Amino acid sequence: MATKKTLLILGATSAIAQQVARQVVSRDYRIILVGRDRQKLVDLCADLQVRGGTADYRVHDLLEMTAHEQIIKNVVNEYGGFDIVLLAYGTLPDQEQCEADRNEAVKQLNINFISAQNILSVIAERFIEQGQGQIIAISSVAGDRGRKSNYIYGAAKGALSIYLQGLRNRLSAHNVQVLTVKPGFVDTPMTKDFKKGILWSTPERVAKDIVRAMDKRRDVIYTPWFWKYIMLIIKFIPETIFKKLNL
Amino acid sequence: MVFLWQSEMHKYQSWGKNPHAKQTALYYSDRHQALPVVNGASILPYGMGRSYGDVCLNDENAIIPTSRLDHYMEFDQEKGVIKCEAGVCLSDLLDLVIPRGYFIPVTPGTKNVTIGGMVANDVHGKNHHRAGSFGNFVTAFELLRSDGKRLICTPDKNPDLYRATIGGLGLTGLITWVEISLETIESAYINTESIRFQTIEDFFRISDDSDQSWEYTVAWIDAFSNKSGDCRGVFFRGNHMRDNDFIYKKRSMPLGVPLNMPSWLLNRYVLKLFNKLYYSVNRNKAQRVHIYDFFYPLDKVSAWNKMYGKNGFYQYQCVIPDDQAEMTIRSMLKLCNSNKQGSFLSVLKKFGDIKSPGLLSFPKKGYTLALDFPNRGKRTLNMLDAFDDMVLDAGGSVYPAKDARMSADSFKCFFPAWQEFSQQVDRGFSSSFWRRVMAE
Repeated sequence: MATKKTLLILGATSAIAQQVARQVVSRDYRIILVGRDRQKLVDLCADLQVRGGTADYRVHDLLEMTAHEQIIKNVVNEYGGFDIVLLAYGTLPDQEQCEADRNEAVKQLNINFISAQNILSVIAERFIEQGQGQIIAISSVAGDRGRKSNYIYGAAKGALSIYLQGLRNRLSAHNVQVLTVKPGFVDTPMTKDFKKGILWSTPERVAKDIVRAMDKRRDVIYTPWFWKYIMLIIKFIPETIFKKLNL
Repeated sequence: MVFLWQSEMHKYQSWGKNPHAKQTALYYSDRHQALPVVNGASILPYGMGRSYGDVCLNDENAIIPTSRLDHYMEFDQEKGVIKCEAGVCLSDLLDLVIPRGYFIPVTPGTKNVTIGGMVANDVHGKNHHRAGSFGNFVTAFELLRSDGKRLICTPDKNPDLYRATIGGLGLTGLITWVEISLETIESAYINTESIRFQTIEDFFRISDDSDQSWEYTVAWIDAFSNKSGDCRGVFFRGNHMRDNDFIYKKRSMPLGVPLNMPSWLLNRYVLKLFNKLYYSVNRNKAQRVHIYDFFYPLDKVSAWNKMYGKNGFYQYQCVIPDDQAEMTIRSMLKLCNSNKQGSFLSVLKKFGDIKSPGLLSFPKKGYTLALDFPNRGKRTLNMLDAFDDMVLDAGGSVYPAKDARMSADSFKCFFPAWQEFSQQVDRGFSSSFWRRVMAE
């Protein structure tokens, strides 16, 4: 067991993940960034190091699920284990494209759910073994109810939320926190083509909420907070009415 | 989703809220990416929107907000050289470097600016008489041009673009990263003195006396104090302390102006009263204050520009050569008074003779006067035009970063290097300011 806490970030180039890394940079963590884009990872590492942090990176495509076990094994061998994992990768598919091309829908489900649950299952075994750990995964408010405008994404995130719920239930006996993060609209590269309005938030703000929830060992958070109430209302609308709404 | 309303358009304005621009914000989040393009429209980098007029606006065209270019790249703590992306905010940079014993060698009066913006406006500060402008400390930067070329510019490499980009108002291409040489400090505190003065002659005397032994000097003047163009004021001077204290003991409650105040609020009587109060609270005294409190008092009131209401305000900053300074400043203050227009915060400062590498750089040897006026339409504009004539006669110039209205002719007289500069302007880049001052 390393003396320093180690934070493993999967999908480290995501805007929210970058901000989380900055939030904790002053803590004595070792931060390991995993992503596909080597150049970006090099830049992010340099940024965190200038900010006074300890950071390293590994280039992996997490869609290759057969490699997950080896990736985690390597991290354990090289850094002597890890304590916190932030799963932050995901894509926002074009719903119409998913409808027109079923392969696209399968691909999106693979990225946003299948691969996520696969690597988290590997990590869960590791955390059970070491008797502690923190799992933070970014889901979405879109997973709370299916809407015609993005239900493939919603289905993947909904599945992820349910998976995390089950995992939390299983791991609570092993001193492992599982935190489901449900952000609303966040201004990131993923949403660059959307018109932004008052409900939109920034990756900085979402990251602050995530770190606070991580420290308080919370189970589920909506971020910013008001999404909890928005989704409460949305979930309450009877299906007979909901199905006619243009959402 | 249905319950969104659009606020994007209003987000990218200038600090003076004047003029308004309609522009498309293009997404750019990675400095290795190619520049985003829009058919037929020009682009302009946009930092924090702290320039007052229209140098940060590109009406009917496109802007590239640089807020996502906020990564540090290298920090050589031995040499005090930092390399960062152009969208890094000065306040973040200071939070990083001050505890490590470094300070930015030239700072503007707010830390809510990007490093790229500091280069593009070649900003100056209270130590101009000792250090010159910010451009003197920019050792290198990368410029991304609309033809896709990436050029590293230093005083020796691509020197023409280096000189054009410093103070180049974002027109020579997108600055992706900047390398700056920092100043060593032995404390985060400033030893400061404030001295009241009653006349302009007094100001000149104190200023001359202070130049040698004080690194930072600036004066506030009460533009309402005398109808004959004389004025009282308070002279502030400061030096870095050497007590090895780098801890910032917090701080007052954050204040802010939540929404646009009615424009009549800052009328002449209120401004007069404010100036009176400001004079009376600033007595002669010596103090030890943190860097943040010394340099950035206005940052404590976020969005203070909303005090002026939705019509916004004009800021006017000029520099007048030494021999003409006293006469011209007197005439300008006199004109303010006879026009019944007064300034909320009026600042007077001596510039030194250290030249900037920048072609369009504003500071030059002489005295600089900065005034701000609520936007009262034609009345205000006429007075500012009259100011321009006085400054032209005196051989001075006006600061583009604060300007929203100078004529094309005035600009060309103030900045005789404009033709040389325009050779370096990227053809894919433009701004509201540039189109205005290049108009035939």
